[in-house]
Amino acid sequence: MARRSGSAFTGAGTVFLKEFADHLGGARVQILEWLVILTGAGAVYTAIQDLKTTTGQDPFLFLRLFTQARDPLPSFVLVLDFLVPLIAIGLAFDSVNGEFNHRTLSRLLAQPIYRDALLIGKFLGGLAAIAVALVTLWLLVIGLGLLTLGVPPSSEEVLRGLAFLVVAIAYGAVWLAVAMLCSVLFRSAATSALAALGIWLLVSVLWPQVVTFVSTAVYPPNELQILFNQPNPDQLQLQQSLSRLSPSTLFGEAVLGILHPTTRALGLVFMSQLEGAVMGTPLPLAQSLLLVWPQVTGLIAGAIILFVIAYVVFQRQEVRA
Amino acid sequence: MNDIVINAKSLRKRYGSVAAVDGIDLSVRRGEIFGLLGPNGAGKTTTILMLLGLTEVSEGTIDIGGFDPMHDPLEVKRRVGYLPDSVGFYDGMTASENLRYTCRLAGFSRTDSDARIERALARVGLSGVASHKVGTFSRGMKQRLGLAEVLMKGAEVAILDEPTSGLDPEATFELLDMIRGMKSDGTAVLISSHLLDRVQAVCDRVALFNHGRIALEGTVPELAQRVLGGGYVYEVVADGADIERTLAAVPGTQRVTKEGRLFRVLAERDIRADIARAVVAGGGNLLTLSDSAPSLDTVYRHYFEGQAHGTA
Repeated sequence: MARRSGSAFTGAGTVFLKEFADHLGGARVQILEWLVILTGAGAVYTAIQDLKTTTGQDPFLFLRLFTQARDPLPSFVLVLDFLVPLIAIGLAFDSVNGEFNHRTLSRLLAQPIYRDALLIGKFLGGLAAIAVALVTLWLLVIGLGLLTLGVPPSSEEVLRGLAFLVVAIAYGAVWLAVAMLCSVLFRSAATSALAALGIWLLVSVLWPQVVTFVSTAVYPPNELQILFNQPNPDQLQLQQSLSRLSPSTLFGEAVLGILHPTTRALGLVFMSQLEGAVMGTPLPLAQSLLLVWPQVTGLIAGAIILFVIAYVVFQRQEVRA
Repeated sequence: MNDIVINAKSLRKRYGSVAAVDGIDLSVRRGEIFGLLGPNGAGKTTTILMLLGLTEVSEGTIDIGGFDPMHDPLEVKRRVGYLPDSVGFYDGMTASENLRYTCRLAGFSRTDSDARIERALARVGLSGVASHKVGTFSRGMKQRLGLAEVLMKGAEVAILDEPTSGLDPEATFELLDMIRGMKSDGTAVLISSHLLDRVQAVCDRVALFNHGRIALEGTVPELAQRVLGGGYVYEVVADGADIERTLAAVPGTQRVTKEGRLFRVLAERDIRADIARAVVAGGGNLLTLSDSAPSLDTVYRHYFEGQAHGTA
C-alpha cells in the first residue's frame, strides 16, 4: 500500500478531550467511582483501626494504610486489584462498537482525521479518567491517614506511595486495552462487555488454580519430594512464569515490592543467595524500584501490545454496516 | 475541463472473489447533482466509501479535487462532506455541540466554528433547536443536522448516501430542496438512493447501478429516450371493458402497463388524441388522460426487464 500523507495524530487531541469529558461527566464513571471509594474507605478505615495500636513500631506506617487488612475486609491494595479492571472495562467496553452502533463512526471518519487518532484519543481519554479516579482516591487515603494517625509521612513513604500510584495506573491501562480490544472485535456492546469480564474473571480469579494445575501436570513431584513434602523447583519456576502472564500477578508483585520495603526478591530464592543479607531490614527506594522494574515494564508492555492488536484489527475493519 | 471535481476510472472493489464494484467510471462537475441509483447491494455505498478513502480500492484511480483518497485521505476528507446512510449523532450532546466536535476535528478555529455552525443550522432550519439534545430529534431532523454538518464544512463535494430513506414525504421534499440549494453554491453533489422517483427530481445526471456496474448513465430524458425508445408516457384512467387491449391497439403504442385503475401507455409519439378516440369508440368512459414525464422507475424496470429477457 502506498504511503499516506499527514499526521496520524491530527484530531487525536480533540477526541481525547471529548472522551475525557464524557467519562468524567458520565453516570457510568460516577457509579464505578463510588463503588471504589466506598470499598476503599472501608478497607482503609479498618486498616487505621489496626494501625492506631502500633503507631510507634513501624517505620513505614503510611504504607501500611494501603496494605493492612483485617477480616472480613480486604486491604486497599486488594480492593484496587479487583476493582481497577472493573472501572477500565466499564469505561472502554463500548468505546469503538458504541460509535459504530450509534452510527457516528462513519461520520467521524469522514472528517480529516485518521482512524489512529480516534483509537489513540479514546485510549488516552479513558486512561486519563482512570488516572483522575486513582489520584483522587490516593489523596483521600493519604488525607484520611494524616487526620487519624497524627503522624506525617516521610519523604520516602510519599515517593513509594507515588510509585504505587503509577503502577496502579499502568494496571488500569492494561485492562483498558483489553476492553478496547473487545470493543473492536465485537460489534455488540453486550458481547464485548461479557468477553472483557470473562477475561477478567479468568485472569484474576481462575488463573492461580489453572497455573498450579498445569505446572504440576508438567513437572510432577518425584517420590523423594513427596516424602519430604518438598516442592519441585521446576514446577515452582513454571508456576511463577505462567502466573506472571496475569496482569493481576504483576500488579500484586509490583505493589509488594514498593509498599513492603523489606521485600528482597519476588521469585524463587535459594538459601545460598541470601548469604550476608540482613533479613527484615528495608531496601532503599531505588533498590525496591529496581526489584519491581520488570513487573512494571511488563504491565506497560502488555497494555501496548493489546492496544496494537486492537489498532491493527480496527484499521482493517470495514466502516459500513 | 477543470470543472470536474470527482473523477474515478475503472474502479474495482473485490471482497475475496466477489466484486462489489466491478469497473466503473464516474465524473461529476462543480455545481452538478449526480445520482447513483440502484437497488440495495448494487455497490453504491462501496463506491462512496472508496471515493472517501474509507475503504481500500482494489483497482482503478480516483481523483477528488486533485487528490487521491488512498494517498492523501486527509486532503480529500477536508474537501468532501459526507452524510452517511442513516446518520447518527451523540444523543447526549446538543445539536450545536455535535457540530462543534466535528468543527474541532476538521481543525476550524473557535470563532470560525461558531459562525459556521450558526449559518449551517439556519440553512437547514434547525436554529430553534440548536441547544436541544439530539436524542430528542426525529429522523428527519437528524438527517437535516447531517446536512448541516456537510454545509458547515463548506466542502467542494457533498456525498449523500440515501439521504431520503425513512423520511416522510414532507421531510423528503424539504431535504431535496436543501440539496438543490447546495447545487447553487457550486458544490458537486453525489446522491445515492434506491428511491428512484424521489431523487430523480433533483438530479442533473444519473447512473443506474446494477451488480457493481453502471448499467446506464446520462440525464433522465436521455435515458428514457435510449431505453424506452419514444419517451412519451401517458396515464389513462378509464372505465369499460378491455381498456388494456383497446389501448394496446392504438397505433404508435409501444407498451401498456396496468397499475390498479391506472394504465400507463408508452408511446413513440404524441398519440393522446388517438387514445381518447379509441377509448370512446370502444365504449369506455375516459376519466383521465394525462401526460407524465418518463419516470426513472419506468426506465429502470424496462431496462432490466429487457436485460432479463435478453439473457434468458
